[in-house]
Amino acid sequence: MADDHGDTAGSMAAGKDVAQHSATAHDAGTAVVATDEVPNPGFPPYRPRVTDLDPKVDQQQERRVSALFFVSIIGSVLAVAAYIAFPIEPGNMESVRNNTLYLGLGITLGLLGIGIGAVHWSKSLMEGHDLVEQRHGTRGSEETRAKAIEIFTLGDKESGFGRRTLLRNTLIGALVVSPLPAIVLFRDLAPAEDPVKLLKHTFWEPGMRLTRDPSGTPIKASDLTLGSAFQVIPEGINDSEHRIEEKAKAAVLLVRLKPEDLEISEGRENWSYDGIVAYSKICTHVGCPVALYEQQTHHLLCPCHQSQFDIKREAAVIFGPAKRPLPQLPIAVDSEGYLIAQSDFTEPIGPSFWERKL
Amino acid sequence: MASSAVRASRRSRPVGRRHPLATVALLLVGLVGTGGAYALFTSSATAETSASAEALVEEGGKLFAANCATCHGLNLEGSTQGPTLIGVGAAATDFQVGTGRMPLAATGPQAEKKPVQFTDEQVQALAVFVASQGPGPAIPADMYLTGEGYDVSNGAELFRINCAMCHNVAGAGGALTEGKFAPSLDGVSAKHAYEAMLTGPQNMPVFNDTNLSPEEKADIITYLKYLDETPSVGGFTLGSLGPVSEGLFIWIFGLGAIVAITVWLTAKSN
Amino acid sequence: MTTTPTQDAPSKTRGQRFTSAAANYIDERTSISGAVKELGRKIFPDHWSFMLGEVALYSFVVILLSGTFLTFFFQASMVEVHYEGSYAPLKGIEMSAAMASTLDISFDIRGGLLMRQVHHWAALLFVASIGLHMLRVYFTGAYRKPREINWLIGFVLFILAMAEGFTGYSLPDDLLSGNGLRIIDGMVKGIPVIGTWISYLLFGGEFPGVDIVSRLYILHIMLLPAIIIAAIGVHMLLLIINKHTQFAAPGRTNNNVVGSPIMPVFAAKAGGFFFIVFGVITLIASTFSINPVWVYGPYDPSPVSAGTQPDWYIGFADGALRLVPPGWETEWFGFTWSFNIIAPLVILGLFIAIVAFYPFIEAWVTGDKREHHIADRPRNAPTRTAIGAAGVTFYAVLWAAASSDLIATHFKLSIEGVIHSCQALLIFGPIIAFFLTKRVCIGLQKKDREIALHGYESGRIVRLPHGEYIEVHEQLDEYERWKLVNFTDYKPLMIRPNAEGKITTGQRVRASASRWFFEDRIAPVSQKEIEQSKDGHH
Repeated sequence: MADDHGDTAGSMAAGKDVAQHSATAHDAGTAVVATDEVPNPGFPPYRPRVTDLDPKVDQQQERRVSALFFVSIIGSVLAVAAYIAFPIEPGNMESVRNNTLYLGLGITLGLLGIGIGAVHWSKSLMEGHDLVEQRHGTRGSEETRAKAIEIFTLGDKESGFGRRTLLRNTLIGALVVSPLPAIVLFRDLAPAEDPVKLLKHTFWEPGMRLTRDPSGTPIKASDLTLGSAFQVIPEGINDSEHRIEEKAKAAVLLVRLKPEDLEISEGRENWSYDGIVAYSKICTHVGCPVALYEQQTHHLLCPCHQSQFDIKREAAVIFGPAKRPLPQLPIAVDSEGYLIAQSDFTEPIGPSFWERKL
Repeated sequence: MASSAVRASRRSRPVGRRHPLATVALLLVGLVGTGGAYALFTSSATAETSASAEALVEEGGKLFAANCATCHGLNLEGSTQGPTLIGVGAAATDFQVGTGRMPLAATGPQAEKKPVQFTDEQVQALAVFVASQGPGPAIPADMYLTGEGYDVSNGAELFRINCAMCHNVAGAGGALTEGKFAPSLDGVSAKHAYEAMLTGPQNMPVFNDTNLSPEEKADIITYLKYLDETPSVGGFTLGSLGPVSEGLFIWIFGLGAIVAITVWLTAKSN
Repeated sequence: MTTTPTQDAPSKTRGQRFTSAAANYIDERTSISGAVKELGRKIFPDHWSFMLGEVALYSFVVILLSGTFLTFFFQASMVEVHYEGSYAPLKGIEMSAAMASTLDISFDIRGGLLMRQVHHWAALLFVASIGLHMLRVYFTGAYRKPREINWLIGFVLFILAMAEGFTGYSLPDDLLSGNGLRIIDGMVKGIPVIGTWISYLLFGGEFPGVDIVSRLYILHIMLLPAIIIAAIGVHMLLLIINKHTQFAAPGRTNNNVVGSPIMPVFAAKAGGFFFIVFGVITLIASTFSINPVWVYGPYDPSPVSAGTQPDWYIGFADGALRLVPPGWETEWFGFTWSFNIIAPLVILGLFIAIVAFYPFIEAWVTGDKREHHIADRPRNAPTRTAIGAAGVTFYAVLWAAASSDLIATHFKLSIEGVIHSCQALLIFGPIIAFFLTKRVCIGLQKKDREIALHGYESGRIVRLPHGEYIEVHEQLDEYERWKLVNFTDYKPLMIRPNAEGKITTGQRVRASASRWFFEDRIAPVSQKEIEQSKDGHH
């Protein structure tokens, strides 16, 4: 199937192929079928390699290839040696580093030696003439196709698939319906509750203290100086059953501004305390924690998609893909001076979802 | 150091004429220098601390008048150019001047770290002076700055919660709005890191002692020291920038090397 | 190659006798000699760009090997544990068993970190080499008949590779990947009607839940690899059936393949190349850190790191999210429509769909039903190359946008400026790239034509007897010229009424598409032109 084309016969055959090709039956579409094509000149003469001409170089290359294989053996042995010689001492990062490095370098040598050696062998020592293989149209021969059609026709006739339409149609119907149970089966991937209800509430409850993340110690209003930023979680969340899920909704950023800097809208007059405001940390875009607070500009930046919120203007969006302001947590101070939540958030926190307004 | 001096002289040359205040400044620096040296030489072991503190305040006052008062006002009252410094304390002064952020070289999105313009003694004098004008956070005690004997894992967790969003988990720094940025923490001294947390320089929030207690700050400093001193376990870190630098590396160097190999592989041998 | 008992002459050495006996044993039970006869001397053409698919295949093998090692130690569980391993800054910290076992692999198992890094670097290389391989196939037109289906399979493999990458990236349950999952959760919730429920089912309750790691794990190590292996099998089978394309060169025609036989040259080269790819990955893995999860810490919904980015191949999706202008969300009929999520999803979906179906679109426009086995030089298909350049630009801008914050800090720019520039570039970049590339291609074609007809400018100036100065042109030999003149040429479609004497809308659309494609065309040099130019010289 493959012939050496070093001789002139091969070149002539290649030239003829072109002529044959232009006579194929397929529609060429808008392609310009040239009538005056430049003829294929056929294969250029073979350019012998140094190894073909000089036996000495041939031997030299052979030695080189085997040297590469030998290097590979050394590398693999070194890798084993490194495994033993550079053990990991628990807690010593230097030892982990050395183990990784020397083991890796040994294996690298073992692999590259084989690889480069084999390629070098094929390039310089193996027979270097290009060979030619003829292509045949991908479609089966007319005879084969006729046979295939015959088999299908026979199958149809013997089974009556085309004739017994009732049988056929009910079978198709049955096949279509049969995967339905699988769809139902996947319902219990999640618990029975309605997700929409869950998304609309967080861990915050009226009177619940604001506490430091992660220690859970309560915060007094007097703890906040101007420019302070506290990462806040609700009291008791660390002991709750679904700690992480609850934290993913309840995380809050607490900052103190000069009271006169805050632009407070109607209905939110008593949501802050002496310039102290609390906002949900969960971005209203896709839910990254927005915690990059600039204490002079009072801008909040989301590090994931660069939405920016202005704390002075009730966390209104001033840049980026988010649409809605961060929800504000209404806060107050209890009798001991600790900051507490007046209620849960008054709207769902975090990214938008279809049923958000329902 | 030498090169920066050369650069500074080059820059000043085209001005042609010295600024009228330059002589005054030079005189002041000279006076303060000789005064300082004199004070150093004459102070005996029995000298009272209060006396030396007073001298420091005085020296600081002079340095302040010469270098800072233009913007911050002679009485630290501030101006349109700079905020009031009453009550910012020694820690803020030590951080701003000690990292070279102040005096400000040029207006930009934020003051950047640059070569420090004063000696350690002068920075100390300025800090003492500013603190004397109004109470504020003091320079942290050495016990919190050793980076030893504190809880490194608590420090790491606090760092992730309070710092990583701006400074990156590996302390590589990150972008803020309108051209501002949180600087890399690589090579920042324990004292300056502590002071930054305590005073909230520029747009950094304040982490006062009721937010992060001195022990907690020390935990964070211990973690920063651990990051600084522990060799990167996996090898070169590519700037600790995460998947972006990893992706660029695999495209440029990984795939680049492989493509070079394929070219060799398929080239006709001689 | 294959032996029959009759050939087993006593003159053979012991080794030869053993080999032939073994071959005979196997053949009598598998008839493998037929396969060797069919495939053993199959020809593969040589060109560096034909090796890119192999890079993908080999990285995949490396991924399978290193990944299997990792499964022996990794615990795909979100059970909360207190880490008590040897990395000091995480001691006593609560984390999932997945994270803790990842740390144990990194710090307490010899070679564990190396295998993790091999696995992750190989994964990055896998997707990158698929991408480059697709670009090669696209720009050389190697997707044309009969290879359209194989393009589709390759496309599916690309998508699967990204899915493998993302599921794997999320497994350690570290802070970076956890925030990545949170973004996925937010995106899914933004899908109209079904979003909330899909997120709920995916995470087994509210985000993040306790199931997602084990669910992603089974996708990552079983379902997705199984589909990938099957798809690679079909991809390779079709490669063997269709045979490889080759670039135009003397002696090569649409009806032959010229190159090295599988046995032995190609086998040695490709086999050696596997070891080289493996070696390069190991070298990178032993010297360059990747995904240091211990620095990121365990997932906790409150913290986040500056520079939170996905692995590079998801970057274009992240960039699309970042480039949405403010305010794209609204409420209609009481429901929330998050266009800031829907728009990127739709745009990326369209982009991907165009990539998948491009071969069919082009085939419809040209109407060319012939088989094509000669790979185009990109310049010889200017419109296709220009479309490709526009697509690459579009992708690159999205990709760059995903690192907008890093661009801002490293080039001292403002983040807002970077994003606004990317928004503008996303729209104008591809258009500029299209026209620029098309002009460059046509320019190069003109140059080729010039060279084919008149040869190279030799730089040698000669004064003719009558005083005229001319530069001597070095004529090409016929072998060199052939590479410049052998390409397929198309002309715009003429609208013709069909059998009923009507011009259909489809026909009109096709005609205008065809005009857009082939209006500016440079025809290949014909034999007559060459002869004329020769006459002109004499």
